[in-house]
Amino acid sequence: MSLLDSSLWEVIKASFNPEIWKELIVPVGETLYMTVISSIIVLIFGMILGVVLTLTSPDGLLPKRVSYTTVGWLINVLRSLPQMVMIILMIPVARLIFGKSYGINACIIAIAASCIPMYARIVESALLEIDKGKIEAAKSIGSSNAQVFFKVIIPETLPAIIRGFTVAVIGVISMTALAGMFGAGGIGDIAVRFGYQRFQHDRLFACVYILVVLVQITQGIGNFISNRMLKTRNLI
Amino acid sequence: MSYIEIRDLKKTFEVHGRELEVLKGVDLDVEKGTIFGIIGFSGAGKSTLARCINRLENPDSGSVVVGDVDILQLNKRELLEQRKKIGMVFQNFNLFDSRTVYRNIAYPLEISGVSKSEIHDRVLETAEMVGLSDKLDAYPGGLSGGQKQRVGIARALVNKPDILISDEATSALDPQTTIQILDLLKEINEKSGITILMITHELEAIRYCCSQMAVLENGKFIEKGSVQSIFSNPTSRTGALFAKVLQEFQNISFSEGEGI
Repeated sequence: MSLLDSSLWEVIKASFNPEIWKELIVPVGETLYMTVISSIIVLIFGMILGVVLTLTSPDGLLPKRVSYTTVGWLINVLRSLPQMVMIILMIPVARLIFGKSYGINACIIAIAASCIPMYARIVESALLEIDKGKIEAAKSIGSSNAQVFFKVIIPETLPAIIRGFTVAVIGVISMTALAGMFGAGGIGDIAVRFGYQRFQHDRLFACVYILVVLVQITQGIGNFISNRMLKTRNLI
Repeated sequence: MSYIEIRDLKKTFEVHGRELEVLKGVDLDVEKGTIFGIIGFSGAGKSTLARCINRLENPDSGSVVVGDVDILQLNKRELLEQRKKIGMVFQNFNLFDSRTVYRNIAYPLEISGVSKSEIHDRVLETAEMVGLSDKLDAYPGGLSGGQKQRVGIARALVNKPDILISDEATSALDPQTTIQILDLLKEINEKSGITILMITHELEAIRYCCSQMAVLENGKFIEKGSVQSIFSNPTSRTGALFAKVLQEFQNISFSEGEGI
């Protein structure tokens, strides 16, 4: 059903048609798969880059100008690319790794490449949030740098790191929708093929509902975990 | 024979491309088992001096000897071990919010690889000494300022250090809590014979606890001696300084009173 020949209300009603939702089960699965795998990759590499950035910064635990500048520059370059350009750029990389440049797995590379730099910056700012006095106290007790980092900095900033990860996962979800345009499958693919190319706006609406719910759930879980931590610590 | 021996200690910071000489050749002798007070205004170099003793700050030149250990000659590993023998208490407590009181106090033992059962005993013992036995499961976020500082003191003492450096430990507390914390420090000093270096801008705290004191101004000690002699017989310069300190005190307590 299209908005071109039906009223908005009719399209909305049609968008709850079970037939449409049956067809969406597989794409939703694909979207969830892409989201989960990409988020894990983003978490791992974003953490590593964010940690390197913080540790090697001029007032970090292990100041090292070369790696600080290099990583910072790399992140800035990657972040300055629009997401669509990133997808196009990653096509040859995906071909190199998976042997084909389309499909879910190929797009995961583009999604991760686009979200890792963002999460790295979020991790950096979360880690910098820590009160320098706590680091000093840990050092005065005789902690090694590794102990300061793993036993003080990470646990103290964990709520902020989790909140940041929520933002990153939501970024990943929106990237999966965009990647649908480039043969990634998933909800974005349905939205483009049916909603855009065939004017089937009822299907488009159904895709919108799913994306909204996905984002709400993600944000809800993130807020819940980080708030619970803060509450346990009596900080809110 | 002095226990802490500091000779001609110098430290210069670079701030916005300008050189700022914070310590301009400091000499200090502190006897074992005493509570030694160091007083001075903000920016006099007190905290920098304290941080040079456990090398949180590396001095440019001079020497710091604690017991028979030359602090500035230690390599990285020896320094970490040495720091475990120098407890430090801070104005802002600097507790770990992610850990309960128990685990805050346990932290120094944890990083030294002490066994769980020994950690348990030592933490309970130390918590009892500072009067926190009933708060072990609480998080620092739910404690009052005085309780937080007790945790800070317990954390600094659990390793049984030879020295306790108190860097403005009572400056963020109200007068009543200040007295309680000072009493606690005095009690710990009497019981264990630990040497306490009390760095503060509060004249009252020094008068209350210390036997020996020194006045730091612009990176140099301008007066050293017993608290009694300095109070009863100030030279003209320190006399003027005290007048300023007392005035500052009145201003602070007045503005605090208004705030509450």
